Amino acid sequence: MKVYLFYFLCILALYSAFMVVISKKPIHTVLYLTLAMFCLGGHYVLLNAQFLAVVHIIVYAGAIMVLFLFTVMLLNLNKEGEFQKPALVQVAAMAAGGILMITLVGVLKQTDVVMAKDPTMTQIGLVSSLAKVLYHEYLLPFEVSSVLFLSAMVGAVLLGKKD
Amino acid sequence: MEYQFILYKATLSIAILTVSLLIAMYSTLAERKLAAFFQDRLGPDRAGPFGLLQPLADGIKLFYKEEFMPASANKFLYILGPSLTMLVALLTSAVIPWGNSLIINGHEFSLQVADINIGILYVFAVVSVGVYGIMIGGWASNNKYALLGAIRAASQMISYELAMGLSIIAVVMMSGTLSIQKIVDQQAGFNWNVWYQPLGFVIFLVCALAETNRAPFDLPECETELVGGYHTEYSSMKLGFYLFAEYINMFISAAIISCLYFGGYHFPFESMLPVSHNILTIIGVLILFLKITFFGFVFMWIRWTLPRFRYDQLMKLGWKKLIPLAIFNMVITGFVIRLLH
Repeated sequence: MKVYLFYFLCILALYSAFMVVISKKPIHTVLYLTLAMFCLGGHYVLLNAQFLAVVHIIVYAGAIMVLFLFTVMLLNLNKEGEFQKPALVQVAAMAAGGILMITLVGVLKQTDVVMAKDPTMTQIGLVSSLAKVLYHEYLLPFEVSSVLFLSAMVGAVLLGKKD
Repeated sequence: MEYQFILYKATLSIAILTVSLLIAMYSTLAERKLAAFFQDRLGPDRAGPFGLLQPLADGIKLFYKEEFMPASANKFLYILGPSLTMLVALLTSAVIPWGNSLIINGHEFSLQVADINIGILYVFAVVSVGVYGIMIGGWASNNKYALLGAIRAASQMISYELAMGLSIIAVVMMSGTLSIQKIVDQQAGFNWNVWYQPLGFVIFLVCALAETNRAPFDLPECETELVGGYHTEYSSMKLGFYLFAEYINMFISAAIISCLYFGGYHFPFESMLPVSHNILTIIGVLILFLKITFFGFVFMWIRWTLPRFRYDQLMKLGWKKLIPLAIFNMVITGFVIRLLH
């Protein structure tokens, strides 16, 4: 049952991620990306990390993708191929993407294969164990990143004001 | 056991779906009857005794209406919009504890479809996804009024989600758990959260009104400015889905308010009743539905009493009043918890 679910989610995630890249209408891209986010959330649930799954959906599907959708609608981007870029930019984008992929493949090749524990036995993804790690071991980085968020918020407000 | 478990959960989900749909159906009648009462009219009374068959007649009418698809609308998204709205509206009921457990033949059956330990966050996730149906539908209709309604809906729901989340955090801080079942059980007797979190409750109620797009926050479908808002171009059962989802949302919000702030299926002096566990559970379910009915009435009461906000007033209320108030409530709760422990 779990294995079938895993394969189903994998295929759906890969399909929607692929469609994000090749679909031409901006709104379809946004919706496929949302679908991909939901698939990743499903993977977290299979790994018994319910908290991560729900936070993933709240943050990505509920906030960031809604903002994307909002922008697409406000600018009313409905036409295909509205973003024709010059050939030089296209080649540069391809090269940059290729370099990123080589880096990722290289990193993945170097890492040791970790034997996964049975996710139903670990409690690592549950909220209480996550909170213990965050507020004991990594308290300082956690607080520093919250300051970073605050400064980003203040910056966004300042940019939005433009008086 | 596994097989039996799945069968039981499937039965429970179907039962809850049926009950939600039935209640949503009769809320439409209740809404019209109450509106009539507030406006000194009679309300629908032709179909069946006291108009009891009116929702059925409405449903049949919607099914038989012409299916209209606007020209140059995006077909797939146009159909996806109402379907998503309906799906998301029904999803939340999975984590609401409808009652304590039933014991049959020594097996204990919980009256909750999924007791996940992050129930509140699940509700929050579903609420935050709820905006998709409206946005997609409004955008796919290819109509300026619908688009305006969709954008209003999106900005309103995003704004009020924040205050709603902040007011829930105070409850979570008090009870120390994210599981709705545990939060309800901590309020056994008359130990309701509303006594400790009156401000949080008011913020949550206002945000729930805004999230369900009901008056005085019904700007997304404000008919004096936007014809019909995001569902202007919809007809037949697709329109029915949008309207129906609103009533399901109302029912679910009333259930969540009852669970988070008013003790859910617990009621005062329940430990003194000389009845068996199962009967107590059934009484608890009835009590929960009584509370839900009361909050459903409050929702309708507010709709037919208050005029609609202006758009800038809506945004001001959300960002400049409710969010600071919710943060203040959170800080105070933190201080009090620190002092007491």
